[in-house]
Amino acid sequence: MGWRGGEHRGNRTMTEPACKCNCQQDVDEAKCLKRLDVVIREYRDKPGALIPVLQMAQGIFGYLPESALKKISLGLDKSYSEVAGVVGFYSFFSTVPRGKNLIRVCLGTACYVRGGMQVLEAIRKNLGIDVGQTTPDRQFSLEVARCFGACGLAPAITINDDVHQRVKSAKVHEIINSYRKKSKSTVAKKKVKA
Amino acid sequence: MPKLTIDGCPVEVPEGTSILKAARTIGVAIPTLCQMENVHAIGACRVCVVEVEGARSLAASCVMPVAEGMKIHTQTQRVREARKAVVELLLSEHDGDCQVCDRNDDCELQALANKLNVKIVPYPGVRTSGGIDDSTPGLVRDSGKCIKCRRCVSVCGQVQEVGALFPQFRGFKTVIGPAFGADLDKVACVQCGQCAAVCPVGAITEKSNIEEVWAALDDKSKTVVVQVAPAVRASLGECFGMAPGTLVTGKMVAALRRLKFDAVFDTNFTADLTIIEEGHELLHRLTTAVKDKGEVALPQFTSCSPGWIRYMEYFYPEMLPYLSTCKSPQQMFGALAKTYWAAKVGKKAEDIFVVSVMPCHAKKSESGRPEMTDSGVRDVDVALTTRELGRMIKQAGIDFERMPEESMDSLMGASTGAADIFANTGGVMEAALRTVWEVVTGRELPFLNLHVPPLMGLEGIKHAEVTIAGAVPAWSFLEGVTVKVAVASGLGNARKLVEKIKSGEASYHFVEIMTCPGGCIGGGGQPRTTTNEIRQKRLEAIYREDEGKKLRKSHENPEVAQIYAEFLGVPLGEKSHHLLHTEYAARARV
Repeated sequence: MGWRGGEHRGNRTMTEPACKCNCQQDVDEAKCLKRLDVVIREYRDKPGALIPVLQMAQGIFGYLPESALKKISLGLDKSYSEVAGVVGFYSFFSTVPRGKNLIRVCLGTACYVRGGMQVLEAIRKNLGIDVGQTTPDRQFSLEVARCFGACGLAPAITINDDVHQRVKSAKVHEIINSYRKKSKSTVAKKKVKA
Repeated sequence: MPKLTIDGCPVEVPEGTSILKAARTIGVAIPTLCQMENVHAIGACRVCVVEVEGARSLAASCVMPVAEGMKIHTQTQRVREARKAVVELLLSEHDGDCQVCDRNDDCELQALANKLNVKIVPYPGVRTSGGIDDSTPGLVRDSGKCIKCRRCVSVCGQVQEVGALFPQFRGFKTVIGPAFGADLDKVACVQCGQCAAVCPVGAITEKSNIEEVWAALDDKSKTVVVQVAPAVRASLGECFGMAPGTLVTGKMVAALRRLKFDAVFDTNFTADLTIIEEGHELLHRLTTAVKDKGEVALPQFTSCSPGWIRYMEYFYPEMLPYLSTCKSPQQMFGALAKTYWAAKVGKKAEDIFVVSVMPCHAKKSESGRPEMTDSGVRDVDVALTTRELGRMIKQAGIDFERMPEESMDSLMGASTGAADIFANTGGVMEAALRTVWEVVTGRELPFLNLHVPPLMGLEGIKHAEVTIAGAVPAWSFLEGVTVKVAVASGLGNARKLVEKIKSGEASYHFVEIMTCPGGCIGGGGQPRTTTNEIRQKRLEAIYREDEGKKLRKSHENPEVAQIYAEFLGVPLGEKSHHLLHTEYAARARV
């Protein structure tokens, strides 16, 4: 199984499907930990396993709870400080639960000069939350990112695995609303993209 | 071998050599704040930049390998200004309190600023914030002073394979420390203090207990005794500018008397005692295995080094039965000073204050372990590092070099050469072999000068085998048995050895482990900075101390014989069990 750059662009990995348990309810941690065991067993002896395993763990739990990080530390024989250092380095990883939909606003150079900040501001107003926060109904989390590698589409945002290009501040509410509706109508089927 | 020129001088060095290393061969000392010989070269600090003709930008000489025909300039205006700017930028972030900083006299950043003629810090930048972490018994971290050179990260992660310290977060907010910026007591840290030994600034230092010692010395109701570890006598002189490898045993004793300690004793005494107890423990285990064909934990691992004990408790809890149950010499000393010696001088345990001087941070932690109270009170009240003793001597205005040569007080001050070599990697093993061999065969260990050459020197992992021949009747069942021993120093090496033993790839009867590379002579509490060259000099000094002694085998120590006759009874006896042995507990790694 390869994990070269680009295969794990989304919030989940290609190899590990999202948690079946709906994140609107409490995540069954024990179940998730069991699934993490399987991942760790598979990756244990592979070099450079830490980041892909963290990505999969985040796919399973929706975020990286302490219990998962400790299991990864022991399972991959990496010190807890090293695991924490990697988690803290990448903005992709979160140690707090996220909402059902993750909005990431690109503030890389191209997106920044083409109005990324204004888009971010509009989203903040629309959701009533700040960067790094989650709406009280746990529908949306908001984060910023540096360059998706989609500079030609600037300003870009991603919502879950979808890239939205040339976003205008005035259109932000429409985009967000489409996910609100999706969440409601497809709640039973849709995989959780934490 | 590539040929190149550095500042016009022709240089020829092996392929792959860094420019920094190549420059040293012709007497050009390129400054650096992060590089550590044989451990780590990552170009983090950017102080070592040089100009390479034809290259667009300056190169970090610690990571740039030499190439054929290179023309390197180490002292052009461009280089000078760049280095100065780097140091100015580091200083602009550095939240230093230089006048009162622990590293005031040996700070590498301060020294370099001076050397590079930095007179002002022109950048009014934001300071690194951090706060003080004094959560552990041995170490204090001050992240505001950290320059992110990552030496501690390499030494903790790669040399010791503990991994308590790692860069956390990102960019300007990067903190070098435990998981998510937590305090050190929240992660598996063994308190070896190798981080403090390599830190170029005051970001990691020992937790000082000097004031507690002064208070005890001033307290008329306390009888204050001091014990000094073997390794200190080969390094303390460095605190006073003496050459590494200068033996200062006599001067050290005189200085301790002038500091007004009521009795100056030697941890060597309990090192000899350790050999008797641990040697008999080994013979007991061998008897069970060879004669009785019983189940017993072999190899037996030494237990003198408290960082190693904590390492086992965290990383190999299932192997704890393999550790010798002997306390370390420091703790044996504390328990005996407050029982045996207390009775001799008519004092109660609580009126005696035991100070130890150790090359070590882990000894601070060990002395505070809750089970180390077999005398009824805390057995060792304070453990100082070699550096702290150096500071106390300076504070008292004692001219160390002019001290006369004095000897340790008696009852717990006599020692043999076997105790001295506890300071060196391989020393405890050699000392044990000197005694165990003689117990089993009735003859002296058959090696020139009583040394076991394969166990000497700075290699990380060493092995030896001796086949027992001519055993006395009581030990005849050991006749023809090949005793296999191994020695490792540095916890990364210890781990390699333990893994081999666990997998069955190697098998031994007795294994000596020292937490720090080179053993206690390279301890985290020793004068800075310990390089392999300095380790070698201290190591040789310790062997000289050993060879200079009339008595060189632990069982010949007359005061050890006396304590068994008057107080302990027999090795592994009931009193020994109570005062000299201990037990260990598994600790959660995360």
